Amino acid sequence: MPQEPKKENRIMDLENEMQKVVLWITQIGNLVLLLLWHILHLILSLWYFAVCIAHSLESSLISGGILKRYKSLNLGKVQYFAIVVDSEEAHQTSKVIELLQWLAAIGMKNVCIYDSEGVLKKSKEAILERLNNAKLFEEATKNDPLLDKNHITLEFASFSDGKEALAKAANLLFVKYYLSGDQEQTIFTESHMDEALRAIGSGGPDPDLLLIYGPARCHLGFPAWRIRYTEIVHMGPLKSMKYGSLIKAIHKFTTIRQNYGK
Amino acid sequence: MSNESEGTVSKIFGSLSSTMRKLLFCSLSVGPIPNHIAFIMDGNRRYAKKRNLKEGIGHKAGFLTLMSLLKYCYELGVKYVTVYAFSIDNFKRRPAEVQYVMDLMQEKIEGLLKEETIVNQYGVRVCFIGNLKLLHESVRVAAEKAMRATANNTKTVLLICVAYTSTDEIVHAVQESCEHKDEFKANGMMNNGEKEHKDEFKANGLINGHKDEFKANGLINGHKDEFKANGLINGEKQQEDHVIKLVDLEKHMYMAVAPDPDILIRSSGETRLSNFLLWQTTVCELFSPSALWPELGLWHLVWAVLNFQRNYPYLEKKKKQL
Repeated sequence: MPQEPKKENRIMDLENEMQKVVLWITQIGNLVLLLLWHILHLILSLWYFAVCIAHSLESSLISGGILKRYKSLNLGKVQYFAIVVDSEEAHQTSKVIELLQWLAAIGMKNVCIYDSEGVLKKSKEAILERLNNAKLFEEATKNDPLLDKNHITLEFASFSDGKEALAKAANLLFVKYYLSGDQEQTIFTESHMDEALRAIGSGGPDPDLLLIYGPARCHLGFPAWRIRYTEIVHMGPLKSMKYGSLIKAIHKFTTIRQNYGK
Repeated sequence: MSNESEGTVSKIFGSLSSTMRKLLFCSLSVGPIPNHIAFIMDGNRRYAKKRNLKEGIGHKAGFLTLMSLLKYCYELGVKYVTVYAFSIDNFKRRPAEVQYVMDLMQEKIEGLLKEETIVNQYGVRVCFIGNLKLLHESVRVAAEKAMRATANNTKTVLLICVAYTSTDEIVHAVQESCEHKDEFKANGMMNNGEKEHKDEFKANGLINGHKDEFKANGLINGHKDEFKANGLINGEKQQEDHVIKLVDLEKHMYMAVAPDPDILIRSSGETRLSNFLLWQTTVCELFSPSALWPELGLWHLVWAVLNFQRNYPYLEKKKKQL
């Protein structure tokens, strides 16, 4: 009779021991996975570090004019140029002005500069003042015979020119085609939207090239209607922008061939 | 005898690599896993050209890559996967090629519904996104059948964009929002109309004998003018407060069935979106590996997820702001 409780005790002890071992193995397992995760991210960080050094080197070579193929840029392909800046970095107005001055010096004619919160729109006057020969895109579209060579037109955009502008355009179409008492149903097409967007003042041209100055390659809400076939390139944070990288991005763009779906 | 041993060796190798992959995914899961990944399947034709194969083989190889990537995504724990299978712009290609791709799609869609495919293994709900009216009849029928058959699966979702462009989606959403608002208003107006009709009746009843028909007509006309005046005032009022809001457009998008993507991967190194998910990629990480679509594999996916994890705090902050 006393043997049975002894057996039960032993079984319970065994179960406890097994539970402890399982717990111990699970903890070790979790630590191994955590270690592996950190190793993967370490590899990623080392890769980016190496890429950063390589880019800096290349950029200095390009700025110094040593790499011959970047010497002359064929700007014919870039009719409209766009930049997306992270809103926090957009507060560094001096950096933004420097970037725009580089673009003007290269010979870029039309630039749209975007940040999601509208920080750049607030610094509009300050930017236009510091740049010579810069005009607002809306004003310059009326044919100006005094346009000289280093003239650059600027368009300032923010999140309200993206999705919200499309909603306003939708309202315009609703009022025009549904509230007017027409019994026929109009089937909307993309040209209806184009017209409506122009009517509300958000009808800017589609950029050919969009550069993103920010931590991630993400367009942060740039007007969706305009970036159908736009090449999107990530340049890194604004604080580490380099002239050579800018030249390289533009040069790479001029070598791209698009099929437009065909 | 050697065939058998080859078979067992490959089986062992297969289960070993599967275990290694599961270990890798468990390790990745220490950090945040994306909820929705989108793919632009670019480079099938270039792949076929590179290997001196017929163009059609490139598309078939692309399909195999799609299946294996889907498996990896679902194993990793990604709930929504979107793929750009066929753009409205692609209809501009040579008719023979368009027909080939349509036939291939129909074949693969019908194949998905058979037993023991990825659909059943991972409980995938399949949705076809786009202007399906533009597709060939047989493909559309097969697509609708697949959607109905998998409608009750809830574990993961596969969104296949065919006959899709973002601009078409936006125009469609605008049209649907307008229709919806119009119906809403029309229901309201009809009540008013009925009321006017009753008043007209009353006016006729009051003036008996039709001697003062002119007067009666005048009264009725008076009513009509009132109605018209009311209508105009209502119209002006509505112009002031915007009837269609952003939420209405969002609701009527084809892609409203899924949350916005976290990562968008375009193969073959091209850096443009080509009219894909322009509305939904506001806070989405864009990734462009230079490998062609049939060459894309596990490590490209792992690289994309690691990058996503690296930028996660920044993108989450942006999501809250926008």
